Amino acid sequence: MDIPYTVEARPDTGVYNAKVGMWLFLASEVMLFGGLFSAYILLRVAALEGTWPHGWLSVPLGTLNTLILALSAVTTLMAWASCKARRFDRYKVFQAITLLLAVIFLCIKGYEYQDKLRHYEIVLKDGRIADGHLVESRPGEVVLHGRYVANHAELMDGRHPGAHEEIRIERAQIQRIQNYGPAHNTFTAIYFTLTGLHGLHVIGGMLVFAYLWGPGSAMWKTDPERFTNRVEVAGLFWHFVDLVWIFLFPVLYLT
Amino acid sequence: MSEPLNSEAFRAYARRCSLVFLIVACMTLLMVGASYMRLQNHALTIGIILAVACVNAGLVAGYLMHLISEQKMIYTLLVFTGIFFAGLMGLSIFASHDVPALLHQTVTR
Repeated sequence: MDIPYTVEARPDTGVYNAKVGMWLFLASEVMLFGGLFSAYILLRVAALEGTWPHGWLSVPLGTLNTLILALSAVTTLMAWASCKARRFDRYKVFQAITLLLAVIFLCIKGYEYQDKLRHYEIVLKDGRIADGHLVESRPGEVVLHGRYVANHAELMDGRHPGAHEEIRIERAQIQRIQNYGPAHNTFTAIYFTLTGLHGLHVIGGMLVFAYLWGPGSAMWKTDPERFTNRVEVAGLFWHFVDLVWIFLFPVLYLT
Repeated sequence: MSEPLNSEAFRAYARRCSLVFLIVACMTLLMVGASYMRLQNHALTIGIILAVACVNAGLVAGYLMHLISEQKMIYTLLVFTGIFFAGLMGLSIFASHDVPALLHQTVTR
């Protein structure tokens, strides 16, 4: 059975069916991320003065990831243009570069997650708070590379962290210990939710690109026009992933 | 079947894509620079940063997603999405104004 309008434009819409389908899917994605951005706005506006963190995330790494994703958006478009130019060899190169850039993006994101998950806040029984990255955890003591602060308010502004040193804390002195994971506060919760969902989209896009680069590219020999359209709709999804990051970066890292 | 791109058209397309990337990269650096500015009004800084982000998003949507030369069907679909998205954000802003009042009621009850 032939599926209609996979190559030629449908007369009433003016575009082939997969493209309409992708745009409808992206419309639903706009509402999905819109809901989460809406949650972010509510959490941030409702946060009491001095309780919303600033400078907790690495701006250089976030900037680098923004540039990597923007570059990958261009390479995926060049992969499609290569198909349009009937240059399958170039398509393979550009799509491979896109995949590589996506892997680098995820590696940087993974490093950032690992940095947060190894970052601990320890409340001592004498009221002091130790904050820093875990160096070693033994049965009797915990070793951090960090600093002591007098209260939580000092931790909210991470832009000027001050001098760090090695801190040894006996477990008997610890009242509460918590890392900067999703359960730490509302900021980390929304940060991990938004970037985690975005990361899943990156992985989804990579799987599609990998298929089109590998086994799916066999279609080039039998129906190059249809294959080109597949590359185009996959690219549309990838541009949307880039678009979401264009807003995630300033909202989470810069404001 | 649509006409294949000739090598001249391909090069022109590559140049346009590279130009968009360069502008997006410069805009991103501008955003980062704006975030380090010590403006008196923090809301103004956020406004500038989000305005630059919107320009970046416009470039990606317009040139990389080809929205600048798309069919009416796609525009219609996006108009509806925009209306629903604006409604969602409007509700968030509307609800955020309720938060202090709700807190006040809880405290005074």
